[in-house]
Amino acid sequence: MALEETHVRRAAHLARLAISDDQASRFVDDLSQILDMVDQLQRIDTDGVAPLAHPLDATQRLRADEVTETNQRDTFQRCAPVVEDGLYLVPRVVE
Amino acid sequence: MHDKTLTQLAAALQKSELSSRELTAHYLQRIEKADATLNSFISVTTEQALTQADAADQARARGKTNLLNGIPLALKDIFCTQGIKTSCGSKMLDNFVAPYNATVVEKLNEAGGITLGKTNMDEFAMGSSNENSHYGPVKNPWDLSAVPGGSSGGSAAAVAAGLTPAAFGTDTGGSIRQPASFCGITGLKPTYGRVSRYGIIAYASSLDQAGPMARTAEDCAHLLNVIAGHDARDSTSVARVVPDYAEALNAPLSGLKIGLPVEYFGDGLDPDVEKAVREAVKVYESLGASVREVSLPHTHYAIPAYYVIAPAEASSNLSRYDGVRFGHRCENPEDLIDLYKRSRDEGFGNEVKRRILIGTHTLSEGFFDAYYKKAQQVRRLIRQDFLNAFKDVDVLMGPASPTTAFELGAKKDPVSMYLQDIYTIAVNLAGIPGISVPAGFVGNRPVGLQILGTHFAEAQLLNVAHQFQQATDWHQKRPAFAEETA
Repeated sequence: MALEETHVRRAAHLARLAISDDQASRFVDDLSQILDMVDQLQRIDTDGVAPLAHPLDATQRLRADEVTETNQRDTFQRCAPVVEDGLYLVPRVVE
Repeated sequence: MHDKTLTQLAAALQKSELSSRELTAHYLQRIEKADATLNSFISVTTEQALTQADAADQARARGKTNLLNGIPLALKDIFCTQGIKTSCGSKMLDNFVAPYNATVVEKLNEAGGITLGKTNMDEFAMGSSNENSHYGPVKNPWDLSAVPGGSSGGSAAAVAAGLTPAAFGTDTGGSIRQPASFCGITGLKPTYGRVSRYGIIAYASSLDQAGPMARTAEDCAHLLNVIAGHDARDSTSVARVVPDYAEALNAPLSGLKIGLPVEYFGDGLDPDVEKAVREAVKVYESLGASVREVSLPHTHYAIPAYYVIAPAEASSNLSRYDGVRFGHRCENPEDLIDLYKRSRDEGFGNEVKRRILIGTHTLSEGFFDAYYKKAQQVRRLIRQDFLNAFKDVDVLMGPASPTTAFELGAKKDPVSMYLQDIYTIAVNLAGIPGISVPAGFVGNRPVGLQILGTHFAEAQLLNVAHQFQQATDWHQKRPAFAEETA
C-alpha cells in the first residue's frame, strides 16, 4: 500500500502535529520505508486467527463503584503551563 | 567500593563496614567525575540522595534489616518521581516535575533504596541506541565511540561504568536487554504484568515492562524481589504470588533442557557474536544441561508486527501531551488547534513523530484491518511459537542482539535501527520474561547471551543466569573507563 503525502498530512492533522512542507516530504520517505517493512505481514495467512490484544489474555478486573481518590487539583495544576482560579487557560474557543 | 556487586555492598552495610552515607557520597562523586563524558544521567539528585542515605543509616541503627536499605540506585527518567524532574528524554517534559511516585519508586523508597538520579534514555523509550534523547547521546563506557544501546542506555552505561551499583529500566521491545548486552551487564525484563506500570510514562501499554539492570543475576533477583507484585493501580498487573527470587539461585542445572531457536542463529548474526554465544551454551552443557534446536517460525514477522502495534498504542498514549495540562506549550497560540499542533511539533523529536504518524495512519479508517488487526493476529502466532517451544524445552538461548554495540551515528535510517531488535522484540509481543547476561567480547565490546523462559519463569531465568556467572567471569570484567575515573 503506497503512502502518499495526503496520508501523512491527514495523519498529522488527526494527531494534532504541525508539519512543514519539508517535513511532510521527509516523513513520506521515512514512513514509506517503515510501511514497506510492515507489509511483510501480508504474506502470512491469518484466516481464523483471533487478534491478541494482551499477552496474558487477561480480563478487566472490576471494583466497587466507590470514590477512592481525593481531590488534588492544586498539586496537579502546579505542573500546568497556565492556570487561573483553578482553571486551565487556553486560547478563546468561542468568539 | 564501586567494583562490588549490590549483594556485596548490602552485606557490607549489614556488617556496618560502611555507612549508606559513605557509599552514596562515593557514587555521587563518581557521577560528578565521569558523567560529563558519558552523559548517562539527566538529573542527579545529590541532596535528596544524601538525605535518604542518612535516613537509611538511622533506620538500620533502629533495626531495619532490608537488604536494599541504604543501597544507591538509579532510575531511568521514565519513572515518575515526586518533586523530581521526570523528562522521559523529551523536550516535551523538560519542565515536568512529577506530582506523584511510580509504584516501583514507592516500593524502592519503602525498602530504603537511595535514588542517585534519573538516567538518560531515548525519547519516550523509542530507540535502540540512546541517540534519540533530547539530552544528547550516551557513550558506551567500553568504547566511547560506541552507543550504549537503548532505550535504557543511560541506566546500562551508568551500571557498567560503576556510577551506580544498579539501575532500573523499562523494556518494550528490548530496551533493558539490548543495552545490558551492549554494556556488559545483567538486565532482566520480567513477564508482562509482573511489575506495576503505574507511574511509568506509557509508550506501548501492552508491551511495556520495568526491570532491574545490575552486575549480576543475584543482584537482579534481590531487586526484582522488591518491585514485583500486584498493584490495584495498574489493571494489567497480575495478582499472583511473588516467590523469593533469590531462593532458587543455587539450584543445580543438571537435566535443564535448553532450546536454541534456529531463527536466532541465521543471516545477519555477526559470526563473532555467534561464536561467543555458542561457547556460553557449551558452559551450560558442562553444567549438565542438554541442548537441542527448536524453531520459532514467525520470528521474522515480529519486527513488522511490533511496528504496527507499538506505534498504534504510542499514538494514543502520547495524545495526552496537549500543551494544556502539563509539558511544553508553544508561544502565542492563535487558537486551540494551533496550540495543540505547535506545542506537539516543538516538543517531540523526529522518531517520536514518526511513530505517532505511523500509529495514527495504521489506526485510521480504511487501514485498520490491513495493519492493526493483522498485526494482532500475527502477535498470537508469535506467542504460540514460544508456547510450543516451551512444551519441549525449559529455556531458550541465543544472542541478545545480532551485533555488539555499533558506532555512534552508524544507523542513519529508521528501519536499519529497527532491525537491530530482531532477537528481543518477539519476547514483548509474547509477554514472556528474558534476561541478558555478559558472555564474552568481540574486540573490546561486550556480547550478551539472552535467556528466555515461559510466562512467570523469572526465578528459573535468574537461577540459570546465576549458575553461568558462578562458572564464568565475564560479568566481573570492567571497562578501563571505570578505572580511569576511580
